Amino acid sequence: MGNDSINIDSSKSLPFGEVGGAFPGKVHETPGGGIVLSKLDDIINWARSNSLWPLTFATSCCGIEMMAVASAKYDFSRFGFEVARATPRQADVIIIAGTIVNKMAPVLKRLYDQMADPKYVIAMGACAISGGPFFYNTYSVVKGADHVIPVDVYVAGCPPRPEALLHALISLQQKIKSGLVR
Amino acid sequence: MLNEELKIKITEFLPAVTFEESGGWLIINIEPKDWLPFAKQLRTDEQLFFNYLFCLTCIDWKTHLTMIYHFTSTKYRHSIVVKSKLNRNNPEIETVSHIWRTADFHEREVYEMFGVNFLNHPDLRLLILPDGWEGKNPMRKDFEDPVNMIKL
Repeated sequence: MGNDSINIDSSKSLPFGEVGGAFPGKVHETPGGGIVLSKLDDIINWARSNSLWPLTFATSCCGIEMMAVASAKYDFSRFGFEVARATPRQADVIIIAGTIVNKMAPVLKRLYDQMADPKYVIAMGACAISGGPFFYNTYSVVKGADHVIPVDVYVAGCPPRPEALLHALISLQQKIKSGLVR
Repeated sequence: MLNEELKIKITEFLPAVTFEESGGWLIINIEPKDWLPFAKQLRTDEQLFFNYLFCLTCIDWKTHLTMIYHFTSTKYRHSIVVKSKLNRNNPEIETVSHIWRTADFHEREVYEMFGVNFLNHPDLRLLILPDGWEGKNPMRKDFEDPVNMIKL
């Protein structure tokens, strides 16, 4: 295998917090090429983290911010999130962008259950984290989406800035690469 | 029609109304018992022709409820607001869903949120709230939900 075919950083493995994430392996030089030495789990996680397909799921204003992140100015396709899927069967990550009300909670649970493993969850904004501005005096809002499904990354804000969501997406990638998620 | 003309016209067939013009709309206060014939007149009168009910809602004032109807005429482009005070303990008013079809859903919403009983409504049941919410009326000011609501 030619060394120039993949960008291999043989000097180091992958510490948590490294942005970008080089290929997790070492090259053992042999005459006429080399052998890649790595752990299969690391390679699978590396591949997964760079192509995460989000579900098109938005329940309130954070959804508009998510669309902004998808569009040209912020463009989460730079990090491998561009293939937004309208079906949970094909999605890897669900960005809970907005308020979850009691009537929506079973729908969210069902969407999550329909997603194929491995699946990841980002709770975007105050509503998805804690019920948001509605936490204290309404009969209808779930006080945090983590009452319904497990959440990997929380993004604070009402709504969060696009940069904050990008940071959350990259944090999720780092979490996957370091093997910290299921 | 201008507001002054509307006032004269409306007073002709229902003298027992009062008018307010403080908020930019011509507001007509009526008694609930006058509502059904008055509504029919608003819809069918050739000069009024209020064919579009674009808002139907209710307010809980703690002492009484107020039904609020916003009308406009797509033909003459004039608009009015009709308000009617209801008894909070036994709120009842005639349905207008057979005059303006849109009132069907709106009245169901007011029924579930405020508990207003719309007399002769063809299908008065919960609209959005799930089963088991009959009679709870979450938009009433004294509604309490100790599980989901925190008093500050």
